Amino acid sequence: MNFIPVILWSDALVFLLLSAGGVGVWHIRRHPHLLLPWQRVAQSSMAMVSLLLLSVFLLIGGLDTLHFREALPNQSGSYSPEVLSVLDKLLGKLKSQTEKTYSAPFATTLYAKETYTDAAGQVRRDYPKLRYGGAHLTDLSAQNSDMAWRSMQGGAAGLLLGGLLIVAFRGFGNNVGAQFIARFTPQKNHRAINCAPTNMSNFTPTIIAFLLLCILLGILANLATVYHVLGTDKVGQDVLYLSLKSIRTGLIIGTVTTLVTLPLALFLGIAAGYFRGWVDDVIQYIYTVLSSIPSVLLIAAAVLMMQITIDTHPQWFDTAASRADLRLVFLCLILGMTSWTGLCRLLRGETLKLREMEYIQAAQSFGVPHLRILTRHIVPNVMHIILISLVMDFSGLVLAEAVLSYVGVGVDPSMMSFGTMINAARLEMGREPMVWWTLAAAFSFMLVLVLAANLFADAVRDAFDPRLNRSG
Amino acid sequence: MFAYLLRRILYAVPILIGVNLLTFTLFFVVNTPDDMARMQLGMKRVTPEAIAKWKHQHGYDKPLFFNVKDSGTAQITDTIFWDKSVGMFVLDFGFSDDGRNISREIQTRMLPSLAIALPTFLVGLLLYVSFALVMTLLRGTFLDTAGVAVCVLLMSVSSLFFIIGGQFLISKLWHWVPISGYDSGWSGVKFLILPVLIGILGGVGASTRWYRTIFLEEIGKDYVRTARAKGVSEWAVLFRHVLKNAMIPILTGVVVVIPSLFMGSLLTESFFGVPGLGSYTIDAIQAQDFGVVRAMVFLGSVLYIIGLILTDVSYTLVDPRVRLQ
Repeated sequence: MNFIPVILWSDALVFLLLSAGGVGVWHIRRHPHLLLPWQRVAQSSMAMVSLLLLSVFLLIGGLDTLHFREALPNQSGSYSPEVLSVLDKLLGKLKSQTEKTYSAPFATTLYAKETYTDAAGQVRRDYPKLRYGGAHLTDLSAQNSDMAWRSMQGGAAGLLLGGLLIVAFRGFGNNVGAQFIARFTPQKNHRAINCAPTNMSNFTPTIIAFLLLCILLGILANLATVYHVLGTDKVGQDVLYLSLKSIRTGLIIGTVTTLVTLPLALFLGIAAGYFRGWVDDVIQYIYTVLSSIPSVLLIAAAVLMMQITIDTHPQWFDTAASRADLRLVFLCLILGMTSWTGLCRLLRGETLKLREMEYIQAAQSFGVPHLRILTRHIVPNVMHIILISLVMDFSGLVLAEAVLSYVGVGVDPSMMSFGTMINAARLEMGREPMVWWTLAAAFSFMLVLVLAANLFADAVRDAFDPRLNRSG
Repeated sequence: MFAYLLRRILYAVPILIGVNLLTFTLFFVVNTPDDMARMQLGMKRVTPEAIAKWKHQHGYDKPLFFNVKDSGTAQITDTIFWDKSVGMFVLDFGFSDDGRNISREIQTRMLPSLAIALPTFLVGLLLYVSFALVMTLLRGTFLDTAGVAVCVLLMSVSSLFFIIGGQFLISKLWHWVPISGYDSGWSGVKFLILPVLIGILGGVGASTRWYRTIFLEEIGKDYVRTARAKGVSEWAVLFRHVLKNAMIPILTGVVVVIPSLFMGSLLTESFFGVPGLGSYTIDAIQAQDFGVVRAMVFLGSVLYIIGLILTDVSYTLVDPRVRLQ
C-alpha cells in the first residue's frame, strides 16, 4: 500500500515536546541530584500505577499522531483527501464497521424497532439485526457463552503477553539497576544507592496492575472484533473507536498548551523578579490585565476571532483534517495565553526571594553576567515549581476542553474529542429507550485519564516540594 | 486607608484601559469589520452595499484608532475605538446586535445569576470549611485518607457529568424538582435547588482538599503546640486558634470571587435555562455578538479588580497587624 506521511501542526508540536522530554530524561539520568526526587516518585506505587495508565493513554495518543494519506487505488501519484493515522489502521474494523444508528453495548440488534422486509420477503416490525455486531452468531441465544469464551481467550492471551513483557523487562530492569549501583558505589553516594530500585518488591502493585490491564485489554480487543463493546452512536459509529480517537485531542490540549505557557511564564516571571524596577512594573501590568479578564470569556473571544479568520481563508487548508487541526493548535495557543499568569506570578515571587541569596550576590559581585546568573542559578532553582505546576495543570486542561467544546468554543466539531462526544450525546438521555452509552463512555474515559493524571501529579508534588519535611 | 483605596482605584484605570485595548484588538484588528459583516450576513452572495449598510448600522464605518479626515480632537474621538470604549467606563455598553440596550439587559439579568451563585457560594464555603476541619481533626486516621481519596475522585469528574447526571437522576428519574427553568420570588426556589446542589458538589473535591492543606500547615506551628500544652482541647485549638490563623489564606481565595458572583456561571445557567448573565454571555458567544462579549469582559475585569481591593480590605478585618497605607 502506497502512502505519504502527513505531519499536521499538532503532530509537529507533539514531536517537539517528545524530543524535549527525551532530552530532559537524558539530562536527569546523568545527574544523581536531579534523579533523586524522581526515585521518590518511583517508590510510590500509586504514582507508578497512574503512570502505567497514563502511558497506555500516551501510547494510544502517540499512535494516533502518526498521520498519513493513502494512495488512491486507480490513479498513480494522487492521494486520498482523508488523513488517517496508524491507530486508524490498527483499529481498521472498528472504524469501518458502522451500523445504521444507535445500538446498545454488546447488542445484536438496533435499539429501536423498524419496519423491514426479511429474507423470506415478509414485511415485519421488529428490532433489526446489526450488520456487524454479533453477526457471526448463528444462534442469538448462544451470545452469552460466546462472550464468555471470547473473554477467556482474550484474557488468557493478554495475561500471557503481559507476563512475557514483564519477564523481558525485568531482566532489562535488573541490568540497569546493577549498572546504577556500579556507577555510584565508588563515589560513596549512599543516598543514591539506598534509593536505587535494586529490588523489584516496590513494584509488586505495579506489576499486578500491569497484568490486570493486559487481561482487560486482551478481553476488550478480542470482544471488539465481533461486538460493539460500547455500543454505537447516532450515525452508527462504534463508541469505543470514538473514545480512543478522543484521547489524542485531550492529551494534546493538556500537553501542547505547556509549550506556550512555559516559555512565557519562565521568561517573564524570572525577568520581573530578577531585574525589578520598570521591567517588573511592565510585566506585572501585563499579567494583571490578562488575569483580570474572566478566562472563559477571553478564550471564547479569541476562539470566535480565530473561527472567523479560518472561515474567511479557506485557501490555507488542503484537507479538512488540517483545518480542524489548526483550530486545535490555536485552541492550545489561546489556552496557553490565558493560563500562564499564575505560574508567572509564582516564579516572580520565588525569583525575588532567590536574588537576595548569598550565592547569587556572590555571583553578582564576581561580575558574572546577568544571563549566566539566570541560567546557572535561578532557572535550576525554580525548576521544581515549573514541574509541579505543569503536571497539576494537565488534568485541569483536559477537563476544560470538554466544557469549552460544550460551550461551542472548543475544538472543531468534526474533530473527535470528549467534549464533542458529550455535546452530541447530551440530548440522548431524554430518548426512549434511553441512550446512555456514549455519555458513559466519554465520562469514564475522561475520569480514568484525569484521575491518573491527578494521582501522578500529587506524587510528583510530594516528591519535589521542598517545604515538605523529609527525614533521611 | 482612604488614600490607599483611592490609589488602588486609580491603579485600576490603566488596567481597564489595557483590558479594553486587548479586546478591541482581538475583535476589530485581527478581523476587520468587513470580515465580521460578511460573517453576520452569511458567507455567500454578500454585496458590498449590504456590508456598508451593516457597518453603518453598527457604527463600524469609521477608522479604528485615528481619523485622518477630521481635525483636532475629533481625529481621536471620531473612531470606532473611542465610540466603543469610552461608554464602558461609565458602564454604558451600547446596544447588542438585536438592538437591545446591553446595560439594561445586564441589570435585569443580574438577579437570577445572583440567586444561584450566592447560595452556592455561601453554603459551599461553609460545607467545605467544615469538611476540611473535620478531616483535620481526624488527620492520620483511615477516615482522613478516605476523605482525601474521595476528594481526588470528585476533582477528577467533569463538571458536565455532575450537571447531566444530576438532572437525570433527581429531575427525570425521581421527579423531585423541575429539570430546568426560572421564576422570580419564592415560587422560583424549586428551580434553584438543583443548580445550587450541583454547584456545591462540583467544587467540593478541590476546595475541601485545599482548605485541609491550609489547616494542616497551621496545625504544625508552635502556637498550636503551646495551646495544647496549656491543656486546650483539640476542638478549641481547631476553632479558636487554627481557624482564625488560617483566615488569611482562606480570604485570599474567597473574597476575590465575591463580586464576580454577579457574572453567574456559564455552564450552570445554560443547562438550567436560567435567564442570568452567564446564559446571556453564552448566547452572545454562540450568536457572535461582539458588543455583548466585550461588555461582559469589561464587567468581569471591573468586578475582579473590586474583588482584589476587597481582599486587601478584608485582611485588615481578620489580622490587626495588616495596615493599608
